[in-house]
Amino acid sequence: MNPTQQPVTVREATIDQALEIAANREILDVREESEWNDGHIPGATLVPLGDVATKIRDTFPDLATPILVHCAVGARSGRAARTMAAMGYTNVVSLRGALPEWRAKGGAWQAPSAGLLTEAQMRRYARQTLIPEIGQKGQRKLLDAKVLLIGTGALGSPSALYLAASGVGTIGLVDDDVVEESNLQRQVLHGADRIGMRKVDSAEQTIAGLNPETVVIKHAERLNAENVDRLIAGYDVIVDGTDNFDTRYVLNDAAIKLRKPVVHGSIYRWDGQITTFIPFEGPCYRCMYPTQPPDELAPACSVAGVLGVLPGIVGLLQSNEVFKLILGVGDTLAGRLLMFDAMGTHFDEVKVWRDPSCPACGVESPFADAVPAGQAVAAGASVS
Amino acid sequence: MSTVRIPPVLRDSVNGQRQVDASGATVSDALDDLFDRFPDLRLRVTEDGELSRFINVYVNDRDVRYRDGLATALGADDTIILLPAMAGGA
Repeated sequence: MNPTQQPVTVREATIDQALEIAANREILDVREESEWNDGHIPGATLVPLGDVATKIRDTFPDLATPILVHCAVGARSGRAARTMAAMGYTNVVSLRGALPEWRAKGGAWQAPSAGLLTEAQMRRYARQTLIPEIGQKGQRKLLDAKVLLIGTGALGSPSALYLAASGVGTIGLVDDDVVEESNLQRQVLHGADRIGMRKVDSAEQTIAGLNPETVVIKHAERLNAENVDRLIAGYDVIVDGTDNFDTRYVLNDAAIKLRKPVVHGSIYRWDGQITTFIPFEGPCYRCMYPTQPPDELAPACSVAGVLGVLPGIVGLLQSNEVFKLILGVGDTLAGRLLMFDAMGTHFDEVKVWRDPSCPACGVESPFADAVPAGQAVAAGASVS
Repeated sequence: MSTVRIPPVLRDSVNGQRQVDASGATVSDALDDLFDRFPDLRLRVTEDGELSRFINVYVNDRDVRYRDGLATALGADDTIILLPAMAGGA
């Protein structure tokens, strides 16, 4: 019963009526995910009946949204529609009719997504494929993606764990270090039983335990000007978790040359910075920091110290950027520098502009010759 | 009066404070006020009287390089952010 204790009635539509009005309405499918996977109306949104009361406001915040709700034959959709009417939705129509009739009469239909995900993948990534912006297609993009982590230490650890767990198919690891005891306070890819082991081997072992399906490519070397092109060429997104300016500038220039997006993270004691560089679309590392500070103003973590949880927070914000770049959804941090102050639990954000005089991506860029027309650098251009 | 955010690497020059107040009609004036009170800060971030290139300066969320540089005018509630590059990651 609704709050006024009046019986809630909902409008119902036959298949023929539904076929006429469907184009002008949001389609809400209240069947179970397994039924959805066997085929569904394209463009529909899946919210199983049991979740309607708790999730529908997030899915359709506007109570006046015209919605056509359906299930397999019309019983669950009727209940869903009554629930929604009681919640205040004013324009919900329940489809009373069987889906085979919908299909037989020419209603749009998306066949089962065979080939996108295996049964095991559907089970493993079920919570993620439920998200409308991901779904099985998005999960397939993640599984097909190749992400390179420069460094498998403090910042690389959380990225490796979460990217692998959530199904990024191929993860490359660049690191020539071995695990040391002083790493373990923050480098959670590694454990006390791995001291002395190569970090790429330790990381591979941890990732295999989390997700045996992840392909791990180990590069047990230190990134430098000689090997950088070879290292990054085969990847879609680069996660910069390095620990010094020289490597960051080398990576920046190669990434611009090869058109690779770089997700930047850096940490110092209680403070972290995160941004995303998309070559020739947004600013690059040199636009942001044209000149590196003297060593005394930019000490490494090994000298200055770093809070254990800080790289976890910064690294996962980097991973969040990676997801959006792969999925092609949301707003990345391109053109914005996010700064996190763990001591005050405070975020600040500043705009980062493309610098026309940038030696890497500015008007004199040595890497610009292959830039498609229309993407030339505009003075002070920013993507934000 | 503007607020100046001090990056972690420079906080020991301002008695450990994360932010300090500074007065001035422009960024340059506010920094002069700051440097007068914290001379060590002046030594660390200026060269030949000029702000070092490795320090980015923002007023609120805008880089002064793309406004009027250090001549950028300040309002009463503006926040200046001094930001040298950070490179740590391991």
